[in-house]
Amino acid sequence: MRPFTYERATKPADAAAAAVRNPGAKFIAGGTNLLDLMKLEIEVPRHLIDVNGLGLDTIQPTAEGGLRIGALVTNTDLAADQRVRRDYGVLSRAIVAGASGQLRNKATTAGNLLQRTRCPYFYDTNQACNKRRPGSGCAAIGGYSRQLAVIGSSSACIATYPGDMAVAMRALDAAVETVAPNGAVRTIPIADFHRLPGDTPHIETALAPGELIIAVTLPRPLGGTHVYRKVRDRASYAFALVSVAAVIQRDGSGRVAVGGIAHKPWRVEAAERRLAEGSKVVAATLLAGAKPTQDNAFKVPLVERTLAAALHDARNMA
Amino acid sequence: MKFDTPAGTNPIDQLKVVGKPTDRIDGPLKTTGTAPYAYERHDVASGQAYGYVIGAGIAKGRIRAIDLAEAKAAPGVLAIVTADNAGKLGKGRMNTAKLLGGPDIDHYHQAIAVVVAETFEQARAAAALVRVDYARAKGRFDLDAALKAAPLKGDSSGEGSSAPPIDRVGDFDAAFAAAPVKLDARYTTPDQSHMMMEPHASIAAWNGDELTLWTSNQMIAWGRGDVARTLGIPKEKVRLISPYIGGGFGGKLFVRADAIMAALGAKAAGRPVKVALTRPLMANNTTHRPATTQRIRLGCSRDGRITAIAHESGSGDLPGGGPETAVSQTKLLYAGANRLTAMRLAVLDLPEGNAMRAPGEAPGMMALEIAMDEMAEKLGIDPVEFRILNDTQVDPAKPERRFSQRQLVECLRLGATRFGWDARNPKPAQVRDGRWLVGMGVAAGFRNNLLMKSAARVGIDAKGMVTVATDMTDIGTGTYTIIAQTAAETMGVPLDRVIVLLGDSSFPESAGSGGQWGANNSTAGVYAACMKLRDSVAQRLGFNSADVTFAGGKVMSGNRSVPLAEAAGPAGLSAEDAIEYGDLDKRYQQSTFAGHFVEVGVDAWTGEVRVRRMLAVCAAGRILNPKAARSQVIGAMTMGVGAALMEELAVDKRFGFFVNHDLASYEVPVHADIPHQDVIFLDEVDPISSPMKAKGVGELGLCGVGGAIANSIYNATGVRVRDYPITLDKHLQFLPSVA
Repeated sequence: MRPFTYERATKPADAAAAAVRNPGAKFIAGGTNLLDLMKLEIEVPRHLIDVNGLGLDTIQPTAEGGLRIGALVTNTDLAADQRVRRDYGVLSRAIVAGASGQLRNKATTAGNLLQRTRCPYFYDTNQACNKRRPGSGCAAIGGYSRQLAVIGSSSACIATYPGDMAVAMRALDAAVETVAPNGAVRTIPIADFHRLPGDTPHIETALAPGELIIAVTLPRPLGGTHVYRKVRDRASYAFALVSVAAVIQRDGSGRVAVGGIAHKPWRVEAAERRLAEGSKVVAATLLAGAKPTQDNAFKVPLVERTLAAALHDARNMA
Repeated sequence: MKFDTPAGTNPIDQLKVVGKPTDRIDGPLKTTGTAPYAYERHDVASGQAYGYVIGAGIAKGRIRAIDLAEAKAAPGVLAIVTADNAGKLGKGRMNTAKLLGGPDIDHYHQAIAVVVAETFEQARAAAALVRVDYARAKGRFDLDAALKAAPLKGDSSGEGSSAPPIDRVGDFDAAFAAAPVKLDARYTTPDQSHMMMEPHASIAAWNGDELTLWTSNQMIAWGRGDVARTLGIPKEKVRLISPYIGGGFGGKLFVRADAIMAALGAKAAGRPVKVALTRPLMANNTTHRPATTQRIRLGCSRDGRITAIAHESGSGDLPGGGPETAVSQTKLLYAGANRLTAMRLAVLDLPEGNAMRAPGEAPGMMALEIAMDEMAEKLGIDPVEFRILNDTQVDPAKPERRFSQRQLVECLRLGATRFGWDARNPKPAQVRDGRWLVGMGVAAGFRNNLLMKSAARVGIDAKGMVTVATDMTDIGTGTYTIIAQTAAETMGVPLDRVIVLLGDSSFPESAGSGGQWGANNSTAGVYAACMKLRDSVAQRLGFNSADVTFAGGKVMSGNRSVPLAEAAGPAGLSAEDAIEYGDLDKRYQQSTFAGHFVEVGVDAWTGEVRVRRMLAVCAAGRILNPKAARSQVIGAMTMGVGAALMEELAVDKRFGFFVNHDLASYEVPVHADIPHQDVIFLDEVDPISSPMKAKGVGELGLCGVGGAIANSIYNATGVRVRDYPITLDKHLQFLPSVA
């Protein structure tokens, strides 16, 4: 871990301004991912801005009938919130499918959105990684890639986004509310928040330098049956090989987003329009253009089968 | 005490203390976090500095240059040791590769430097400033490719599993050719990491030319010798202290880089130095269980008798290393007149392969017990009955050599009854419970019993307290407790009148902990010392030692009764002895047996496998403490779940290293993976094993579990997977459609 300076911010805009004032600054909230990465010197911030004092830790109803989740609401609190459990069950289920109780107690809503890939080559500083050292290459391509992306990848990076919460948020069409260093507030649709790797896999989100997440908003409840199906090698405390977040209506229409297969939560609206035709058709549409490796080719049929499981569960739960 | 004839009735048979499910005497220390592990010994030497080990960034090649300038100038740095300034180092007898590499690099994450600083954080930060310029060389990293030209190689695991390069009994080829029912199948097991909770850790302190290491090591005497050999100093100048060990599983049988780098760092810094290996170093810097490729051929008569059995295994290791002895059990487990075992060893430049819990048998049984299931199905015979049909009470190669005890049949029969085996549908893929395809599987468990010399010293003080000292280790197994039980039983005192001191090279040399030999041998050594002490007590009191009774803290003979404290006198009494074995292990085959039963559910959609319930029925001689033994077996069964379903060190065959070198990516079972587990011990005593009449269970509990799980998955799905771990990708495409 490199030496760093530290400050506590008290106002969101001040935190954002401090981040541009201090080159190499990072925000820290729960620190469940950042501190690990700092110990390994994968992240080497020179300045940390502690945002835990910003008071962004409440969940409020919005005028539109949705919910506004403060950036610092913990995973535990968000998953347990009665309104979330009642109206956005897929989100609650996705969160508790991730990490462990201890981590969820510390992890925040904003921090969870920003967690970094679990590609093993990203984690080993002896290996080439375009995320860690832009331009150094990608050791994962041609290497051990069982966990890695099957779609949306590039010749620079085949990493996946590892989280669960964001997959559910993608199905719910959440929006990320931010404040810029100049105090300007904007809203980024979750669909545009995470980026595909392209030639710049080190740029993972739409956030501009210094821009701070202050909230995530959920639109009016969708109704329907909410399912989160996470597939993994062990029963708990593992990243998804494939996960499916589904919100299915009585008429069979609905939404599905898939985790564990791309650099961002994967949702194809055109695929959802074909839900009536069954999981095979939906999966084929979702995965059109997929380029799996030999190690992770199984994820293609697994997406279809997990989708079938989610649809089956939705029918049974409805 | 020489043990060369089967044990008669002796004080242990009283079973007043031995054989009771006593809570661990070290339990409160463990549960309150006050048992001091090596890295926590802040009390033992003042001024401890911290060492951080740097592992090589390449698998094979050499260091062209190391630039230490920036690191040396970093805050808090006291010293940096590399091969350039470490002085001449030897190599331990138990080590294959050097523990400090450079300029030549033998494997990925081989230690190339230790940075010593005032704090751990300073040492780690400075380590990141060390610049190394490597010249990469081509290495051999692909086991399948390397095995194509690999020679035959025999070996002993050193842990009770051994086989010659090739071993023939009868005429396998002819018998197999003539057999009406045949199986010829290949199986693979992956590289696995011990991933014990406590990493390898040591504190080193020099006093002149004398070195003390507070460390975490299963085998104190081996360790002392190898530290001395590596550092080039007499072993009398080395003291190892390792009273508490947070898991070893064979990964701590040997001296590793933590101990040597701490010693070198302490010498260079002129201060005590503590070093723990980081989790990422455990996969590639330390040892692992090597991957195997196995071929098994079985030939049977139509009525299910094995007429031909062949087991061949190939594995790889660094130059000078040894094979995984995966064929060893196949020489002994089942009957059959015509037999063949063979092993091949490929040279690989991957990290060092070595013992991990039940080396040889663990991966060997994973393959053999699937093969037995496959053959039972071909024959149309229940897999429990097929195993029973092919039981042997003698060493098949030397029929005059009987097993000392062999209750495999009883284990299987009792297990089948208790598990409800008759409810199993022999036709696979028939049972459904909601989303789950449900299956049941069985496997035999088998692991040899090793006899090793083991010494102890036992004393009585003026208060009548009995103190046992031996360099035996407790690796989480319950050694403290069974040794206390043995001493209490033999000396006739309550358990709370016994103090047990372990894990110090200044104590008499024990068998150590490995190969499930620890319990039987170390307690037999304590028994020997206690019997010698009883003689001294009797002699001092003028009693005839033949008719002396030790009970209730008193020594009794005829109508005389003297409290032990009084007998010991103000100066106390002490005796040292060892158990030493004759040829009972040559005249008899000594092994332990189990029946493993498993029920799994396989998600009909996703292919995820989740174990539903497990049962192990074990026949392993006298069970010294059923509670501790049960914990051992449950832990082993859990490890078996990991081996069957998830554990695999993934090899990058281009760069030559295990990629998933942390606990986020090398998955071991979590609580949610472990369902109902049950363990039954048969009421067995084995007077041929030792005066304790006990054997080991710590590895028996693992051997066969993987096979039972694999067989239950097949019974659930109808898809036979022969490559471990059985992850969903290996059967997904063959599962019934669910769309």
